[in-house]
Amino acid sequence: MTPTDFDFVAQLLKRRSGLVLGGDKLYLLESRLGSVARKHGLAGLAAIVFKLKAGDEPVARDVTDAMTAKETFFFRDKTPFQDFENLVLPALLKARAGSKRLRIWCAGASTGQEPYSLAMILREKQALVNGWRVEIVGSDLSGEVLTRAKTGFFSHFEVQRGLPIRLMVKYFAKERGQWRINGDVRSMVEYRQINLLDSFVGLGNFDIIYCRNVLSAFDEATKRSVLERLAQLLPGDGYLVLGAGEASPLSAAQKANVA
Amino acid sequence: MKHCLVVDDSRVVRKVARKILEELNFEISEAEDGQIALSACRGAMPDAVLLDWNMPNMSGIEFLRALRRESGGEKPVVVFCTTESDVSFITEALDAGANEYIMKPFDREIIESKFAEVGLVELSR
Repeated sequence: MTPTDFDFVAQLLKRRSGLVLGGDKLYLLESRLGSVARKHGLAGLAAIVFKLKAGDEPVARDVTDAMTAKETFFFRDKTPFQDFENLVLPALLKARAGSKRLRIWCAGASTGQEPYSLAMILREKQALVNGWRVEIVGSDLSGEVLTRAKTGFFSHFEVQRGLPIRLMVKYFAKERGQWRINGDVRSMVEYRQINLLDSFVGLGNFDIIYCRNVLSAFDEATKRSVLERLAQLLPGDGYLVLGAGEASPLSAAQKANVA
Repeated sequence: MKHCLVVDDSRVVRKVARKILEELNFEISEAEDGQIALSACRGAMPDAVLLDWNMPNMSGIEFLRALRRESGGEKPVVVFCTTESDVSFITEALDAGANEYIMKPFDREIIESKFAEVGLVELSR
């Protein structure tokens, strides 16, 4: 791949998703775009670039999806979920006792492990949220991963990454050689295709926003813009949860709690 | 260094598990069925047992029930590692005192994740 072609693809990714593809990431293109080439019957990277330059929208969409896909597993990093159960949820159940309403947004939800992990915690704590209206919104840039998230099917390997066996037998059933999360947990999560570069108007406010392992792909200006716009959706006692090592450039004056 | 007893009648599985667990800093001993594993535990209780289900002489579930009746037999963390993936088997294992359950085939990430689940290792990420 020529440097010009690489720059062309990097620009396209930046424009469509905010993803910053460093010059050393050619290997990432090569390793991730093989499946896109096969899907569209293209011979390789050069053929993909040719299609992109011709403005082929389906190819551009699949390239963006493949490059922004993130690794995800149930209860990833553990701590944010323990914090949800032990700190955030008790605090909000107290603070919202009047409205009995909670809204949670998982941005960059990918195939759904993060929102489903939260939904399982809520099931385990069912007695505390009886009579409450709890909404969990899972969003991603890629429609393809969301389609999978909605079906709730997970592979043999996915259900064995981060998911305690007690929760697996309780909330999953074997179906067509895979494991499917039960309908009552599935129905707790609503999935929406959202590009974090776009406006959040119409989404409403949230009490907790998870935006983990998403921002690291962005440049500083984009990070700041996304965080500022997310913070606007949170009340003063809301929570913004970032990934480990994703320091927030938000100023202290901005009032959201950053967990 | 923590000690893990790998119990499986397949030499290949024992070898693969040993390699992964040694990389996770465990000292490994092996047993090829439940009977041999039980004798080994009577000699010295391991910190962890990675346990197959179907084996000659004494199965994994029989071993687990016997182990939990031994003096000090409540101590080892037992992680099943078997091709049995029906919910009825998993429930039976948990009721008998298993701490976690791996469905074969497994890889390094599954072993690491499951061992982290029961506090035997810290996740590297």
